[in-house]
Amino acid sequence: MRYLPLTDTDRQAMLATIGASSIDDLFIDVPAEARLPGPIAGLPAHASELAVERHMTRLARRNLSAGEAPFFLGCGAYRHHVPASVDHLIQRGEFLTSYTPYQPEIAQGTLQALFEFQTQVARLFGCDVANASMYDGSTACWEAITMARRVTKRGKAILSAGLHPHYVSLAKTMARFTGDLLDTALPTLTPGAPGDDMARLLAGIDADTSCVVVQNPNILGHVADLSELAARCHDKGALLIAVVTEPVALGAIRSPGEMGADIVVGEGQSIGVGLNFGGPYVGLFACNEKHVRQMPGRLCGVTTDADGQRGFVLTLSTREQHIRREKATSNICTNAGLCALAFSIHLTLLGETGLRNLAALNHAGAVAAAERLATLPGVELVNGAFFNEFTLKLPREARPVVRALADMGILGGVSLGRLYPDAADLANGLVVAVTETSTAEDVEALAQALEAEIAA
Amino acid sequence: MSMNSEGRVTRPETLAAADAPATFTGNRALMLEEALIFERDDYARTGVDIAEAPATSSRLGGLERHRAIGLPGLTEPEAVRHYTRLSRQNYAIDLGLFPLGSCTMKHNPRLNEKMARLPGFADIHPLAPVDTVQGALAVIDELAQWLVTLTGMHAVAMSPKAGAHGELCGLLAIRAAHDAAGSDRSMILVPESAHGTNPATAAFCGYKVENIPATADGRVDLDALTARLGPDVAGVMITNPNTCGLFERDMKRISDAVHAAGGYVYCDGANFNAIVGRVRPGDLGIDAMHINLHKTFSTPHGGGGPGSGPVVLSAALAPYAPLPFVAKQPDGSFRLIEEETADQDHPGSFGRMSAFHGQMGMFTRALTYILSHGADGLRQVAGDAVLNANYVLRSLDGLLDAPFGPSGPCMHEALFSDDGLAPGFTTLDIAKGLIDEGFHPMTMYFPLVVHGAMLIEPTETEGKAALDQFVGALRSVAERAKAGDEALKAAPAFAPRRRLDETAAARKPVLVWKDETLPQAAE
Repeated sequence: MRYLPLTDTDRQAMLATIGASSIDDLFIDVPAEARLPGPIAGLPAHASELAVERHMTRLARRNLSAGEAPFFLGCGAYRHHVPASVDHLIQRGEFLTSYTPYQPEIAQGTLQALFEFQTQVARLFGCDVANASMYDGSTACWEAITMARRVTKRGKAILSAGLHPHYVSLAKTMARFTGDLLDTALPTLTPGAPGDDMARLLAGIDADTSCVVVQNPNILGHVADLSELAARCHDKGALLIAVVTEPVALGAIRSPGEMGADIVVGEGQSIGVGLNFGGPYVGLFACNEKHVRQMPGRLCGVTTDADGQRGFVLTLSTREQHIRREKATSNICTNAGLCALAFSIHLTLLGETGLRNLAALNHAGAVAAAERLATLPGVELVNGAFFNEFTLKLPREARPVVRALADMGILGGVSLGRLYPDAADLANGLVVAVTETSTAEDVEALAQALEAEIAA
Repeated sequence: MSMNSEGRVTRPETLAAADAPATFTGNRALMLEEALIFERDDYARTGVDIAEAPATSSRLGGLERHRAIGLPGLTEPEAVRHYTRLSRQNYAIDLGLFPLGSCTMKHNPRLNEKMARLPGFADIHPLAPVDTVQGALAVIDELAQWLVTLTGMHAVAMSPKAGAHGELCGLLAIRAAHDAAGSDRSMILVPESAHGTNPATAAFCGYKVENIPATADGRVDLDALTARLGPDVAGVMITNPNTCGLFERDMKRISDAVHAAGGYVYCDGANFNAIVGRVRPGDLGIDAMHINLHKTFSTPHGGGGPGSGPVVLSAALAPYAPLPFVAKQPDGSFRLIEEETADQDHPGSFGRMSAFHGQMGMFTRALTYILSHGADGLRQVAGDAVLNANYVLRSLDGLLDAPFGPSGPCMHEALFSDDGLAPGFTTLDIAKGLIDEGFHPMTMYFPLVVHGAMLIEPTETEGKAALDQFVGALRSVAERAKAGDEALKAAPAFAPRRRLDETAAARKPVLVWKDETLPQAAE
């Protein structure tokens, strides 16, 4: 077997050293009735690299990849062009096949990259500090809610109607068991609705509220000023948690931290990581300095070595499960190190200039697409303000339209019926994301197909 | 000094690294220092050429970001050099043996990487119409079938993102099952030797936690456990093989006792590599167990993730599995069970625990690895992993104290204590000495039940010659620690950094770059 270096001669020599007669003898502590006598029946035997590659390639061909079609899906996962050097660099064995940097003297590469990542995330989000990553945006969002509970010692979280429904779903799953109270609402397709939700959030904050959770841009693509909400939260002793699922937006719009958010979490996938059918992604987590000891996850910090040279280590581990066990701030251990590295490399390649240009290009493309699509008969643009994603209200249910577009080879957006199957009011909603990867021809193809399908 | 026949020096006297003359750059030949990206002065540079945005009116609602963000940029050659230099300051499996106990640092086959990057897997959106991603769902289903069959369990939840997330999944299923039965049990029992994630996870989903003691032979104390079981105990979390590198011989009896008392058994499957293809946890009465795809099934650890932690479930817990999951239909096509049809298709589900379908990129890698090995190869994986660990254990007989060594063979990892080291010498000194020998150290100070624990997991992807060299190095370092060689206290001398002051880092944490607060690098 190509991954197993021991030869039978080696095995015999080693068994002799051990004083055992066979490998089976080493499993003596397993009760005999639980020991399998040979390979499990009904499963295939080993295969060559060529054979495995053939099998996997056949499966991959059964998918319509984003690059093969005009593509407009978003809602928490975005398709951006990732420079070739990003994937090359993260595949260097010293990054790919290293471990969580528990031995800092021989993990300075990972640690320095994480320190740079933390700084980039903190600056992008407008916060004092950021951690070394979480699993993804949805789990980071729940972790932020539990952190707000610890900071404020209150148990009610108010979730904005524009928070990604899967993030809401996850929070509901957890809250059912932890006893946290969640105040939730559904979005609507009425123009001006984001204002209604803002009024709901402002009015809902009371002395039991630990936090308000608001996504910006939100699930329908709306962007909003969070300043008033932040001020109201602070008046009432609650925290404002902002969620960013499209960090490229922060190359164009003001950061949540600038608008007063106390904790900012996000999905980092859209920078450096790729779509990957939903994972692995990278959760971003930032907050103000004063709350850092309540933060979950790994943190990398600066120190010096025995010679006085600057170096980096994992720090504040007394928050973490391997030290604090049941009193830890979170149970997270493995995070998303390699995806954080990809995020950081892509953001380093972009730099301030590149990120701003990329954001401008995304916004311009989205504005042009929204204007074009809003000319279709019976189609309404729901958004006032948006970044690279907007919602259309179609004259008919969007879900079958999306399916029909796929049959025509166009991945035309996410139907709100998929995300909110029980909300009849949202069934006609179609969320369209336009990034730098969508061309004007793609937009025109979508417009014409959509027009034909609506008329059908 | 040695010379060849021409009198030319072939082996110059070496100076200790610390005595070598300082260089102008701070570099030492291939050991290249690299500044932070924030320490360069040019924030205008970029390594990505982006088309100019056409002039359109802004629809940003007056929220334009005016203030500088503070993101430095590098051109591609600069970025490639920056990260390549950083990478060279890391130890990695690709460089040598990485015997971190409980972490299963085995070789990461490159075919896995190639397959995960096929556009049909890497470039598909999680919300793409289900008809357009049938191949992806087929991968999830095929991997799920393997995991269920290898473990002898009833079903598998694929969406957990890592081991600890899998623990959460298992405990939520246990809570949901108790809820459905109208029971409000509040206690989870955890052995003293458990991974820290076990008690942390139990607390994270609202349980109280109590420790169960171990016996003198390093296993769960069955009598103490049985005595503690009662109507408040929701379940127990057991690691098997356990963190002392031993198989819990009484596992089936533990399961039976827990079940008889109305509880469920969670198994931490971090150490599944030791038994894959040889023992099915389903035969031992387990109700839920996570499988770290990044351990047993060779997906790369990546400097701390991403992981992936599918959870296999017994028939009793399967009805509560999280959303979404993949269902195969009679015509061979696949369907996603999400919130929409959960009421009919999966009414007991405890809900969603991550935004999408789990770590697809890890599924393609793990399936690639599993197909490469096949049922026969996976059995050999466990056999060779256990053989290698026992070889290390016995090769250190008489030198290091193996508290459970006399009781027989270990499983996939060998455990030693710091007993017998010279006064003032610790496990840490041995670890740092191993760094100078060119090895990543073993897991230190874990499990907590052994003083100064050293937990060594060589994995099956090491050959005999590599093990012999490692054993030689460890013997040499351990002998120095037993003899009280003061020079060992200064190790590592040859790493990119010498011992780092972790206490100072925690006392005044500097977690992001701020010009005024950072110490300058020594000249």
